[in-house]
Amino acid sequence: MDSTEKLKKAFSEALELSPEEIKDDLSYGNESWDSIAHLSLVASIETEFDIMLNSDDVIDMSSYKKAKEILQKYGISF
Amino acid sequence: MASVFNLEGKVAFITGSTRGMGWAEAKLLTQHGATVILNGVHSQELLDQRREELKKEFDVDADGFLFDVGNFEASQNCYNAIFKKYKRLDILVNNAGILEDNLVGMIRKENIEHTLSTNTTAIIYNLQFAARLMMRNKSGSIINISSIVGRVGNEGQVVYGASKAAVIGITLSAARELAHLNIRVNAIAPGFIDTDLIKGLTPEKYQERLNSIKMKRIGKPEDVANAVLFFASDYSTYITGQVLGVDGGMIM
Repeated sequence: MDSTEKLKKAFSEALELSPEEIKDDLSYGNESWDSIAHLSLVASIETEFDIMLNSDDVIDMSSYKKAKEILQKYGISF
Repeated sequence: MASVFNLEGKVAFITGSTRGMGWAEAKLLTQHGATVILNGVHSQELLDQRREELKKEFDVDADGFLFDVGNFEASQNCYNAIFKKYKRLDILVNNAGILEDNLVGMIRKENIEHTLSTNTTAIIYNLQFAARLMMRNKSGSIINISSIVGRVGNEGQVVYGASKAAVIGITLSAARELAHLNIRVNAIAPGFIDTDLIKGLTPEKYQERLNSIKMKRIGKPEDVANAVLFFASDYSTYITGQVLGVDGGMIM
Protein backbone atom coordinates (compact mmCIF):
# COMPACT_ATOMS: atom_id res chain seq x y z
CA MET A 1 0.00 0.00 0.00
CA ASP A 2 1.47 3.40 -0.91
CA SER A 3 1.22 6.50 1.28
CA THR A 4 -1.86 7.87 -0.45
CA GLU A 5 -3.71 4.60 -0.02
CA LYS A 6 -2.66 4.41 3.61
CA LEU A 7 -3.83 7.95 4.29
CA LYS A 8 -7.14 7.39 2.52
CA LYS A 9 -7.63 4.23 4.54
CA ALA A 10 -6.97 6.13 7.79
CA PHE A 11 -9.43 8.86 6.79
CA SER A 12 -12.14 6.52 5.61
CA GLU A 13 -11.95 4.34 8.70
CA ALA A 14 -11.90 7.22 11.19
CA LEU A 15 -14.52 9.37 9.46
CA GLU A 16 -16.61 6.50 8.12
CA LEU A 17 -16.43 7.75 4.55
CA SER A 18 -15.84 5.83 1.34
CA PRO A 19 -12.36 6.27 -0.20
CA GLU A 20 -13.95 8.13 -3.13
CA GLU A 21 -15.21 10.79 -0.77
CA ILE A 22 -11.70 11.60 0.42
CA LYS A 23 -10.41 14.48 -1.65
CA ASP A 24 -8.09 17.44 -1.06
CA ASP A 25 -10.95 19.75 -0.14
CA LEU A 26 -12.26 17.44 2.58
CA SER A 27 -11.84 19.57 5.67
CA TYR A 28 -12.47 19.79 9.38
CA GLY A 29 -16.03 20.86 10.02
CA ASN A 30 -17.37 18.47 7.38
CA GLU A 31 -20.39 16.53 8.59
CA SER A 32 -18.35 13.50 9.60
CA TRP A 33 -15.20 15.36 10.73
CA ASP A 34 -15.99 16.98 14.06
CA SER A 35 -13.80 17.52 17.10
CA ILE A 36 -14.44 14.03 18.44
CA ALA A 37 -13.71 12.36 15.10
CA HIS A 38 -10.55 14.45 14.80
CA LEU A 39 -8.70 12.59 17.54
CA SER A 40 -9.82 9.24 16.14
CA LEU A 41 -8.49 10.38 12.79
CA VAL A 42 -5.16 11.36 14.35
CA ALA A 43 -4.91 7.98 16.06
CA SER A 44 -5.79 6.22 12.83
CA ILE A 45 -3.08 8.12 10.88
CA GLU A 46 -0.53 7.50 13.63
CA THR A 47 -1.24 3.79 13.60
CA GLU A 48 -1.14 3.58 9.81
CA PHE A 49 2.22 5.38 9.54
CA ASP A 50 3.69 4.33 12.90
CA ILE A 51 4.43 7.87 14.03
CA MET A 52 3.15 10.13 16.79
CA LEU A 53 2.20 13.60 15.57
CA ASN A 54 3.34 16.69 17.45
CA SER A 55 0.60 18.58 19.26
CA ASP A 56 0.77 21.57 16.89
CA ASP A 57 0.39 19.30 13.90
CA VAL A 58 -2.67 17.67 15.47
CA ILE A 59 -4.25 21.09 15.82
CA ASP A 60 -3.17 22.31 12.36
CA MET A 61 -4.38 19.25 10.46
CA SER A 62 -7.51 20.91 9.11
CA SER A 63 -7.95 19.19 5.73
CA TYR A 64 -6.91 16.12 3.79
CA LYS A 65 -4.54 18.30 1.78
CA LYS A 66 -3.01 19.72 4.99
CA ALA A 67 -2.62 16.20 6.39
CA LYS A 68 -0.45 15.28 3.41
CA GLU A 69 1.69 18.40 3.92
CA ILE A 70 2.12 17.62 7.62
CA LEU A 71 3.05 14.00 7.01
CA GLN A 72 5.80 15.08 4.64
CA LYS A 73 7.55 16.63 7.65
CA TYR A 74 7.76 13.11 9.06
CA GLY A 75 9.53 11.82 5.95
CA ILE A 76 6.42 10.44 4.26
CA SER A 77 6.10 11.30 0.58
CA PHE A 78 3.00 11.43 -1.60
CA MET B 1 -2.24 -16.78 42.24
CA ALA B 2 -3.31 -13.80 40.20
CA SER B 3 -3.31 -10.55 42.12
CA VAL B 4 -6.70 -9.17 43.12
CA PHE B 5 -5.67 -5.90 41.53
CA ASN B 6 -4.37 -7.51 38.39
CA LEU B 7 -2.59 -5.04 36.10
CA GLU B 8 -0.93 -7.54 33.80
CA GLY B 9 -0.68 -6.32 30.23
CA LYS B 10 -1.15 -2.70 31.27
CA VAL B 11 1.43 0.00 30.63
CA ALA B 12 1.77 2.69 33.29
CA PHE B 13 3.73 5.93 33.18
CA ILE B 14 4.44 7.55 36.56
CA THR B 15 6.02 11.00 36.66
CA GLY B 16 8.42 11.77 39.49
CA SER B 17 8.80 8.11 40.26
CA THR B 18 12.37 7.84 41.54
CA ARG B 19 11.59 9.03 45.04
CA GLY B 20 8.87 9.31 47.68
CA MET B 21 5.30 8.53 46.70
CA GLY B 22 6.12 8.03 43.02
CA TRP B 23 8.64 5.32 43.83
CA ALA B 24 6.18 3.57 46.15
CA GLU B 25 3.57 3.73 43.35
CA ALA B 26 6.06 2.34 40.81
CA LYS B 27 6.88 -0.62 43.04
CA LEU B 28 3.27 -1.38 43.87
CA LEU B 29 2.00 -1.22 40.28
CA THR B 30 4.93 -3.37 39.12
CA GLN B 31 4.19 -5.85 41.88
CA HIS B 32 0.66 -6.15 40.51
CA GLY B 33 1.83 -6.86 37.01
CA ALA B 34 1.90 -3.46 35.28
CA THR B 35 4.73 -2.52 32.94
CA VAL B 36 5.89 0.65 34.66
CA ILE B 37 7.77 3.47 32.96
CA LEU B 38 9.77 5.63 35.35
CA ASN B 39 10.57 9.33 35.25
CA GLY B 40 12.95 11.44 37.28
CA VAL B 41 14.49 14.86 36.85
CA HIS B 42 17.60 15.21 38.97
CA SER B 43 19.78 12.16 38.57
CA GLN B 44 20.34 9.58 35.86
CA GLU B 45 22.20 7.57 38.47
CA LEU B 46 19.16 7.36 40.75
CA LEU B 47 16.91 6.53 37.80
CA ASP B 48 19.21 3.69 36.77
CA GLN B 49 19.38 2.50 40.36
CA ARG B 50 15.58 2.37 40.56
CA ARG B 51 15.41 0.39 37.31
CA GLU B 52 17.94 -2.03 38.80
CA GLU B 53 15.86 -2.36 41.97
CA LEU B 54 12.75 -3.22 39.95
CA LYS B 55 14.80 -5.72 37.98
CA LYS B 56 16.07 -7.35 41.15
CA GLU B 57 12.78 -7.49 42.97
CA PHE B 58 10.35 -8.21 40.12
CA ASP B 59 12.55 -9.35 37.23
CA VAL B 60 11.35 -6.61 34.88
CA ASP B 61 13.18 -4.26 32.53
CA ALA B 62 11.53 -0.95 33.27
CA ASP B 63 12.11 2.00 30.96
CA GLY B 64 13.09 5.29 32.53
CA PHE B 65 13.11 8.82 31.15
CA LEU B 66 15.08 11.65 32.73
CA PHE B 67 13.42 15.00 32.04
CA ASP B 68 11.65 17.93 33.64
CA VAL B 69 7.91 17.33 33.31
CA GLY B 70 7.43 21.06 32.73
CA ASN B 71 9.44 20.81 29.51
CA PHE B 72 6.93 20.38 26.69
CA GLU B 73 9.37 19.10 24.04
CA ALA B 74 10.96 16.58 26.41
CA SER B 75 7.53 15.37 27.39
CA GLN B 76 6.52 14.98 23.75
CA ASN B 77 9.70 12.99 23.07
CA CYS B 78 8.91 10.70 25.98
CA TYR B 79 5.44 9.94 24.64
CA ASN B 80 6.84 9.40 21.16
CA ALA B 81 9.12 6.77 22.67
CA ILE B 82 6.24 5.18 24.58
CA PHE B 83 4.19 5.07 21.37
CA LYS B 84 7.06 3.53 19.38
CA LYS B 85 7.72 0.81 21.90
CA TYR B 86 4.36 -0.05 23.44
CA LYS B 87 1.74 1.44 21.10
CA ARG B 88 -0.43 1.96 24.15
CA LEU B 89 -0.76 3.54 27.56
CA ASP B 90 -3.26 2.35 30.15
CA ILE B 91 -2.33 4.24 33.29
CA LEU B 92 -0.86 7.69 33.84
CA VAL B 93 0.06 8.86 37.32
CA ASN B 94 0.76 12.58 37.39
CA ASN B 95 2.81 12.40 40.53
CA ALA B 96 5.77 14.77 40.07
CA GLY B 97 5.52 17.80 42.30
CA ILE B 98 7.58 20.40 44.11
CA LEU B 99 6.97 22.38 47.27
CA GLU B 100 8.53 25.63 48.40
CA ASP B 101 6.95 27.49 51.31
CA ASN B 102 6.89 31.28 51.19
CA LEU B 103 4.78 33.77 53.06
CA VAL B 104 2.76 36.35 51.15
CA GLY B 105 5.05 39.24 50.31
CA MET B 106 8.04 36.90 50.11
CA ILE B 107 7.09 34.95 47.01
CA ARG B 108 9.49 35.25 44.09
CA LYS B 109 8.24 35.30 40.52
CA GLU B 110 10.56 32.38 39.71
CA ASN B 111 9.01 30.32 42.49
CA ILE B 112 5.51 30.89 41.12
CA GLU B 113 6.56 29.96 37.59
CA HIS B 114 8.56 26.89 38.57
CA THR B 115 5.89 25.52 40.89
CA LEU B 116 3.03 26.05 38.45
CA SER B 117 5.09 24.61 35.62
CA THR B 118 5.87 21.39 37.49
CA ASN B 119 2.71 20.91 39.53
CA THR B 120 0.08 22.16 37.10
CA THR B 121 1.13 22.85 33.51
CA ALA B 122 2.95 19.53 33.27
CA ILE B 123 -0.22 17.71 34.26
CA ILE B 124 -2.03 19.17 31.27
CA TYR B 125 0.86 18.19 28.98
CA ASN B 126 0.83 14.62 30.24
CA LEU B 127 -2.94 14.34 30.28
CA GLN B 128 -3.15 15.43 26.67
CA PHE B 129 -0.45 13.08 25.37
CA ALA B 130 -1.70 10.18 27.46
CA ALA B 131 -5.33 10.59 26.41
CA ARG B 132 -4.27 10.36 22.77
CA LEU B 133 -2.68 6.99 23.45
CA MET B 134 -5.46 5.73 25.72
CA MET B 135 -8.32 6.56 23.37
CA ARG B 136 -7.04 3.97 20.86
CA ASN B 137 -8.17 1.21 23.23
CA LYS B 138 -11.13 3.16 24.58
CA SER B 139 -9.76 2.58 28.04
CA GLY B 140 -7.46 4.25 30.52
CA SER B 141 -6.99 5.68 33.98
CA ILE B 142 -5.37 9.02 34.71
CA ILE B 143 -4.52 9.67 38.34
CA ASN B 144 -3.51 13.16 39.36
CA ILE B 145 -1.80 13.76 42.66
CA SER B 146 -3.25 16.90 44.24
CA SER B 147 -2.92 17.72 47.94
CA ILE B 148 -5.01 18.47 51.00
CA VAL B 149 -3.56 21.99 50.63
CA GLY B 150 -5.33 22.31 47.27
CA ARG B 151 -8.66 21.70 49.02
CA VAL B 152 -8.36 23.64 52.28
CA GLY B 153 -5.23 25.83 51.93
CA ASN B 154 -2.34 26.37 54.30
CA GLU B 155 -0.19 29.24 55.57
CA GLY B 156 2.91 29.80 53.50
CA GLN B 157 1.52 27.77 50.64
CA VAL B 158 -0.31 30.23 48.42
CA VAL B 159 1.64 29.06 45.37
CA TYR B 160 1.61 25.37 46.23
CA GLY B 161 -2.09 25.56 47.13
CA ALA B 162 -2.87 27.27 43.82
CA SER B 163 -0.96 24.64 41.88
CA LYS B 164 -2.70 21.77 43.66
CA ALA B 165 -6.21 23.30 43.56
CA ALA B 166 -5.69 23.65 39.82
CA VAL B 167 -5.02 19.91 39.67
CA ILE B 168 -8.53 19.34 40.98
CA GLY B 169 -9.96 21.67 38.34
CA ILE B 170 -8.06 19.83 35.64
CA THR B 171 -9.32 16.50 36.97
CA LEU B 172 -12.98 17.52 37.06
CA SER B 173 -12.98 18.96 33.55
CA ALA B 174 -10.92 16.20 31.95
CA ALA B 175 -13.12 13.56 33.59
CA ARG B 176 -16.18 15.02 31.89
CA GLU B 177 -14.46 15.38 28.56
CA LEU B 178 -12.85 11.95 28.41
CA ALA B 179 -15.61 9.82 29.93
CA HIS B 180 -17.11 8.99 26.53
CA LEU B 181 -13.77 7.45 25.60
CA ASN B 182 -13.90 5.33 28.75
CA ILE B 183 -10.88 7.18 30.15
CA ARG B 184 -11.23 7.87 33.87
CA VAL B 185 -9.62 10.86 35.49
CA ASN B 186 -9.37 11.01 39.27
CA ALA B 187 -7.31 12.88 41.81
CA ILE B 188 -5.76 11.91 45.10
CA ALA B 189 -5.28 14.53 47.79
CA PRO B 190 -2.62 13.29 50.20
CA GLY B 191 -2.29 14.83 53.64
CA PHE B 192 0.96 14.82 55.59
CA ILE B 193 3.12 12.16 53.96
CA ASP B 194 6.66 11.17 54.89
CA THR B 195 8.62 12.24 51.78
CA ASP B 196 11.48 14.58 50.93
CA LEU B 197 8.96 17.38 50.45
CA ILE B 198 8.47 17.77 54.20
CA LYS B 199 12.15 17.67 55.16
CA GLY B 200 12.34 21.45 55.38
CA LEU B 201 9.84 21.63 58.26
CA THR B 202 11.00 22.77 61.71
CA PRO B 203 10.42 20.25 64.55
CA GLU B 204 7.66 22.51 65.89
CA LYS B 205 5.87 22.63 62.54
CA TYR B 206 6.26 18.87 62.15
CA GLN B 207 4.64 18.27 65.55
CA GLU B 208 1.88 20.74 64.79
CA ARG B 209 1.03 18.89 61.59
CA LEU B 210 1.14 15.54 63.34
CA ASN B 211 -1.26 16.82 66.00
CA SER B 212 -3.77 17.68 63.30
CA ILE B 213 -4.03 14.08 62.12
CA LYS B 214 -6.80 12.09 63.76
CA MET B 215 -5.00 8.80 63.17
CA LYS B 216 -2.00 10.19 65.05
CA ARG B 217 0.59 9.12 62.54
CA ILE B 218 2.26 10.58 59.50
CA GLY B 219 1.21 8.98 56.20
CA LYS B 220 3.56 6.65 54.35
CA PRO B 221 4.20 6.86 50.60
CA GLU B 222 2.66 3.37 50.45
CA ASP B 223 -0.64 4.74 51.78
CA VAL B 224 -0.88 6.94 48.70
CA ALA B 225 0.35 4.16 46.41
CA ASN B 226 -2.53 1.95 47.61
CA ALA B 227 -5.04 4.57 46.48
CA VAL B 228 -3.22 4.84 43.14
CA LEU B 229 -3.49 1.07 42.73
CA PHE B 230 -7.24 1.24 43.29
CA PHE B 231 -7.71 3.91 40.61
CA ALA B 232 -5.35 2.07 38.26
CA SER B 233 -7.23 -1.20 38.63
CA ASP B 234 -10.49 -2.48 37.20
CA TYR B 235 -12.05 -2.05 40.64
CA SER B 236 -12.60 1.61 39.78
CA THR B 237 -13.93 1.27 36.23
CA TYR B 238 -17.11 3.25 36.97
CA ILE B 239 -15.43 5.99 38.99
CA THR B 240 -14.31 9.25 37.43
CA GLY B 241 -13.96 12.91 38.42
CA GLN B 242 -13.38 12.12 42.09
CA VAL B 243 -10.93 13.54 44.59
CA LEU B 244 -9.89 11.00 47.20
CA GLY B 245 -8.30 12.27 50.39
CA VAL B 246 -5.52 10.07 51.76
CA ASP B 247 -4.80 11.92 54.98
CA GLY B 248 -5.62 9.84 58.07
CA GLY B 249 -8.40 12.24 59.01
CA MET B 250 -6.21 15.32 58.93
CA ILE B 251 -7.78 18.67 59.74
CA MET B 252 -5.88 21.73 58.61
